[in-house]
Amino acid sequence: MSVQAEAIAPRRRFGRTVTKFFSNRSAVVGGLTVLIFVLLAVGAPVFATHDPAQTSFTTIRHAPSPEFWLGTDELGRDVYSRLLYGARASMLAGVISVSIALLVGVPFGLVAGFYGGWVDAAVSRVTEAMLAIPFLILAIALAAFLGPSLSNAMIAIGLSATPIFVRLTRGQALAVKTEDYVEGARAIGLPNLLIITRYIFPNVLPPIVVQATITIATAIIAEASLSFLGLGQQPPSPSWGSMLNTAKNFMSQAPWMSIFPGGAIFLVVLGFNLLGDGLRDALDPRDN
Amino acid sequence: MLKIVLRRLLVAIPTLILVSLIVFSLQKLLPGDPLLTLAGEERDPQVLAFLREKYHLDDPFHIQYLAWLGNVLSGDFGHSLRTGVPVATLIAQKLPVTLQLALMAIVLALLIGIPAGVLSAVRKGTPTDYAANVVALSGVSIPNFWLGIILIMVVSVQWQLLPASGYVPPTENFLQSIRTMLMPSFVLATALAAYLMRHTRSAMLSVLSSDYIRTAKAKGLLPKAVVLKHALRNALMPIVTLTTLLFGELLAGAVLTEQVFTIPGFGKLIVDAVFTRDYAVVQGVVLCAAVGFIFMNLVADILYIVINPRLRHPQ
Repeated sequence: MSVQAEAIAPRRRFGRTVTKFFSNRSAVVGGLTVLIFVLLAVGAPVFATHDPAQTSFTTIRHAPSPEFWLGTDELGRDVYSRLLYGARASMLAGVISVSIALLVGVPFGLVAGFYGGWVDAAVSRVTEAMLAIPFLILAIALAAFLGPSLSNAMIAIGLSATPIFVRLTRGQALAVKTEDYVEGARAIGLPNLLIITRYIFPNVLPPIVVQATITIATAIIAEASLSFLGLGQQPPSPSWGSMLNTAKNFMSQAPWMSIFPGGAIFLVVLGFNLLGDGLRDALDPRDN
Repeated sequence: MLKIVLRRLLVAIPTLILVSLIVFSLQKLLPGDPLLTLAGEERDPQVLAFLREKYHLDDPFHIQYLAWLGNVLSGDFGHSLRTGVPVATLIAQKLPVTLQLALMAIVLALLIGIPAGVLSAVRKGTPTDYAANVVALSGVSIPNFWLGIILIMVVSVQWQLLPASGYVPPTENFLQSIRTMLMPSFVLATALAAYLMRHTRSAMLSVLSSDYIRTAKAKGLLPKAVVLKHALRNALMPIVTLTTLLFGELLAGAVLTEQVFTIPGFGKLIVDAVFTRDYAVVQGVVLCAAVGFIFMNLVADILYIVINPRLRHPQ
């Protein structure tokens, strides 16, 4: 392949990927859902109708009304406004914990796949051991030992998700390593670090992007689960999981307290899953 | 055959050692003096000295780890700080409850997931297929503790059909035991059923397009016979192993399900232990979960060899 052709090909491939993504209806619906929740989280102060922390004895457990769109909770706080601020905790937890997993997992995977030998053996054994501990149980244990807080929950979830990315990146790097352009880069004597960052990394990226999208969904559920158990976001700061934690004590008296936060988790996770599936189809080179 | 099984067992050993190292290292994350954490409320100097001696707290990390590992290997996971009961006893008490929950969930997931997968593969591209896929994706996306709360609100509070919480051992009252576990196991089964449905669908699709299915159809066999006798039997192979591999998922899901339905099982044990800062119990539960998972992997490997004769004789 001539230098010119090589430069044009990725751009054409990118265009095709974009077209394919936008022609997939469920992927677009997923992307839009995610976008709406991101906007709601970022614009929480604008969209909120009440102070999310404002308690009031006169408005305890009011049903949804024009004044309180989604009702009020056991301390008289507005559920709708808390939901918006809770979106911040959830989205932040999803993105930050996956970023931690990427930052730790991808370099280890690249190095293990590229160098092979004892480095690969060591990294792979540790990955296997971490994968042997069920994801949420590892996250709960880590959060328990680190102490309950939103940032510790993010670290716990991020570390628990790391082996997924090590394994994926390693496998991809192993496959890419034998390609002609990597052999070529080696032949002209480029340093290993440059080969990894310039030639291997960009080519293992698509499946990692897909996995990251789906793992955000998993991480959001995990954060909600930890907060539901009391190991994530601490009161009075709202998070969807902690809202459900108190709501479960008022199931029959105030069902709106449980219905809306859970529904929000469900929608946003569904959005990320649809988006991930759509990206996978769009980035799959086999169909082109 | 035996040789393969033995080799798989050997490969599991380094993983087990590393898992134990991870679980042990967890306690190093704790701030402050580990002795005071181990002692709980106890401040008697004699007891403190005994604990310091037992866990080699004055020794370097690797000696501490080896001492801990030695205790664990001889079945001593330490004692619960709160109740003084040995951790091994606690786990042995709670495990059957979670196993019953998990088993019922697997049965429900198979009953829902496989027929749904077969149906959507056979009717590929129809509204049935589309609906099954939407339901499956929802099953993966729905937080199971929320589903539990909603089901309690509707089935237990509104309709008063099933109990909302608690546990009855099957040896005490079998029917009541199944009744109390029905809702929790359904909640736990949703994600599993969704995975099974998706995998059954894709396995069925690839089998249905193979030559021997075309031959079976050409022979004039009834479509139902082709699907059930010829296609499903072959598609089931990967599904059997998948079910064993999802065991870890099931254990993690049980933690939340047991919390919502107040079931005194393995999952509730770890959550309660976390809140009473009963770290020996947390470590014991994590270690047991991992060992269980590695064991199920082994079972999956062996099942795979048993089902697929081509793997029986390694080159």
